[in-house]
Amino acid sequence: MNYEAVIGLEIHCELKTKTKIFCGCATGFGADQNTHVCPVCLGLPGVLPTINKRVVEFAIKAGLATNCEINKYSKFDRKNYYYPDLPKNWQTSQYDLPICEHGWVDIDTSEGKKRVRLTRIHMEEDAGKLVHSGTTIKDSISSDVDYNRTGVPLLEIVSEPDMHTAEEARVYMEKIKAIMEYIDVSNCRMEEGNLRADVNVSIRPEGSDQLGTRTEMKNINSFKSLEDAINYEIERQTEVLEDGGHVVQETRTFDPARGITLSMRSKENAHDYRYMPEPDLPPIITSDETIEKYRSELPELPDARRARYEKDYGLSDYDAGIITSTRAMAEYYDAVVATGADPKLAANWIMGDLSKNLNEEAIDITKSPVDAKRLGDMILLIMKDTISGKIAKKVFKEMWTNPEAPEKIVKDKGLVQITDTSAIEPAVDAAIAANPKAVEEYKGGKKKALGALVGQVMKATKGKANPQMVNKMLVEKLK
Amino acid sequence: MSLFEKPAHVLHDMLQKKEISSVELTKDVLARIDAVEPQVGAYLTLTRDAALAQAEAADKKIAAGEDVAFLEGIPGAIKDNICTKGVKTTCASKILDNFVPPYDATVMTKVKAESPVLLGKTNLDEFAMGGSTENSAYHVTHNPWNTKCVPGGSSGGSAAAVASGTAIWALGTDTGGSIRQPASFCGVVGLKPTYGRVSRYGIVAYASSLDQVGPLARDVTDAANVLNVISGLDEMDSTSSPSPVPDFTKALREDVKGLKIGLPKEYFTDGMDPEVEKAVKDAIEQYRSMGAEIVEISLPHTKYAISTYYLIAPAEAATNLQRYDGVSYGARVDGADLVEMMTNTRTEKFGEEVKRRIMIGNYALSAGYYDAYYLKALKVRTLIQQDYTEAFQKVDVIMCPTAPTPAYEIGSMISDPLQMYLQDICTVPLNLAGLPGISLPCGRSSKGMPIGLQIIGKALDEETILRAAYTYEQSQNYHNEMAKLGGEQA
Repeated sequence: MNYEAVIGLEIHCELKTKTKIFCGCATGFGADQNTHVCPVCLGLPGVLPTINKRVVEFAIKAGLATNCEINKYSKFDRKNYYYPDLPKNWQTSQYDLPICEHGWVDIDTSEGKKRVRLTRIHMEEDAGKLVHSGTTIKDSISSDVDYNRTGVPLLEIVSEPDMHTAEEARVYMEKIKAIMEYIDVSNCRMEEGNLRADVNVSIRPEGSDQLGTRTEMKNINSFKSLEDAINYEIERQTEVLEDGGHVVQETRTFDPARGITLSMRSKENAHDYRYMPEPDLPPIITSDETIEKYRSELPELPDARRARYEKDYGLSDYDAGIITSTRAMAEYYDAVVATGADPKLAANWIMGDLSKNLNEEAIDITKSPVDAKRLGDMILLIMKDTISGKIAKKVFKEMWTNPEAPEKIVKDKGLVQITDTSAIEPAVDAAIAANPKAVEEYKGGKKKALGALVGQVMKATKGKANPQMVNKMLVEKLK
Repeated sequence: MSLFEKPAHVLHDMLQKKEISSVELTKDVLARIDAVEPQVGAYLTLTRDAALAQAEAADKKIAAGEDVAFLEGIPGAIKDNICTKGVKTTCASKILDNFVPPYDATVMTKVKAESPVLLGKTNLDEFAMGGSTENSAYHVTHNPWNTKCVPGGSSGGSAAAVASGTAIWALGTDTGGSIRQPASFCGVVGLKPTYGRVSRYGIVAYASSLDQVGPLARDVTDAANVLNVISGLDEMDSTSSPSPVPDFTKALREDVKGLKIGLPKEYFTDGMDPEVEKAVKDAIEQYRSMGAEIVEISLPHTKYAISTYYLIAPAEAATNLQRYDGVSYGARVDGADLVEMMTNTRTEKFGEEVKRRIMIGNYALSAGYYDAYYLKALKVRTLIQQDYTEAFQKVDVIMCPTAPTPAYEIGSMISDPLQMYLQDICTVPLNLAGLPGISLPCGRSSKGMPIGLQIIGKALDEETILRAAYTYEQSQNYHNEMAKLGGEQA
């Protein structure tokens, strides 16, 4: 039997506010243990939360950017469970009246465009971090708790189970990441845990509209793990069903090293969170005026920017999609184009050599050794025929380690394209003289033979001769 | 008359006129503590040395001719569920046996700005759960009027300290009557402000939507003055009220002419002690004779108040008390693993009443029961609030007994929690409605135990209840009488 997977994501997105959600402590990553703490986030007896208004603003903007309805009356609730990384033993979250509901985003997959609906976006506080003496809590003699992350604001972005392949889930999460970066509410650094997902997966016979029993994989923090976990889980569930078994509703953990999921706890052991309205925080009342103000502050979003690049710059849908996949890349692109560089050339260079070098050295585009201005200037040199596209690759390589302006590099390294016929002519003559066989073949009608002659000239001029000119001169001389 | 017998406003005048020094006053109160505290047991922690140092500092400021704040140099006591920086705050629970807060509650910051003398922390029912102070994990506090009786609770330590002269003034907290009922039992004045009038930041939470801090005092004048000190918007407490705070002492004038007093028939019920009923009705007659108008009113949902309270308060308490798990502060009882450690800690270190309320609360919040219990209780709460809103269209204040009986004997009710809960009938509805209430002495039982009159006001209208209370107080002499203890009893 063929099965179809049904996939839903709960994405946790850490907000980039300066201070925590309910107190004035700093949110920075990587500080010494338990230095960003105060009585409030430590949950000491007697403390009360106060809402960081920035968090509400960011949540509303996230909702607007994902086509959600904003609830004008929203409230916080206590989600109760005991865990040592949670000093109050409840997480202040939102239960039945989240700030945003009923949104959607469009994604591009290898099978075309697709719409994924969002159930809701709500605000909550992050928990602290356990530092175990062993590798897991079970094989540890002791564990320390670092409360620096306790109270860092999170958005939980919950999708409908609208995805059916690991690819769709990945592309959806990439889209959410892009949107959160565009609207500047999160750093979205997955390696720092800014963005992580709980993934629900179930399978059902193809064509069925019933939902199968689902399992949940928690805290997936890379796109690769997301795809691996989903693919593994689809395979595992398929095997279970094909062997005549039943999928057990449970929480599983994904081990990225082994690429497998492992059972954590079953539904029977699931928490009863005993949700109750948070009595220490008044409801969040949002006016139309505030919503419109936040809407007006939103930057151009990925979909709009992509459409603009296609329309104004003639980029292909695919290229525009890649360039706008992160705000940083789109901004880099705009800055290159702003130098006067040809938009298509700019896109090619960014998607080609630049991305290749950045990926190889794992450098963020905002920290690229070749900044947008220099790349733009280099493209201008190509456009002015100062260098050829081929030489440009050499220039770019040099620019990666040499901070000088491209003009200077081209001059210093003697890479200026030779466009003076009198300078090229001796090399052309020499090539003709030295390759009688090729000349003969060419004259005999084998036009391809010209390539060998062009190659000789380019070699003799160390690649600096303008290839079109060389071509033209050879054709003239061999008439 | 010894200094410890005088109210704060009299002592304040004497300090200001330099007739006495704070050190002299503080030593007098400390001597009183030495004499009667063994019989009363109002305190959990005494901070004698710090108190004397504070007295000396206050004297220096006064000698330097600086303005003298109302509480400056005057010895007071703080209920032990109010966080005091550097001074142990136990909530009368073994689970916080070793807890020293690294911060001050907002009320403490406000009080300390007045340079008072702080004598220590007073006893209470564990985590303020109870009405007799018998639920303290440390010791029982005795009623100064008869040490065989309870002082009431949960602010029993603060009430007993003020009544026995071991503190001139005190702070308490009131979730379902915990300031007013012990004030009534101990013959002092206790005021629960409107919810939001006083910041709750630093008050160890019992039931967050009901808790308020307020004064226990010798007389209405002192209560108004202390309320002046502690009131006001606090950015650390999102539920605190932005309403401007008046000078409450301006309300202290003898004037009840034309004041419309509502008598809710539901509050004068079966089971009320006839002596209490008589004392309260006599007080009402006194008001009538002073020109007030008495109106019979109805608060029809009163009968649901106790069950509503005992769902909402335990539900909030159950979550509020989850933080006591042995992980990062407070007591820890080891176990084989994390869950066992948490379980052992909570099982061994919480008292019976606390555990009972945690269980009630968790039950009411659990999946499948939430709508039937907690949600329904919230709806009934709204109905109770509406009762008051309607009543206050017709009257300015509502009067009733503070408690259905005078103080009872220690141990006589502890085995019957339900009977104990029913004692809260006159006080609990105000907390559910968030309204201010004051209790002041209005009589003595045949056994000589104090009886309290409760005056309930509109939200944020503490001024009217203070004026009504002050007018009555000035027509009587109760505020000038102090409990006689032990050998003093003639």
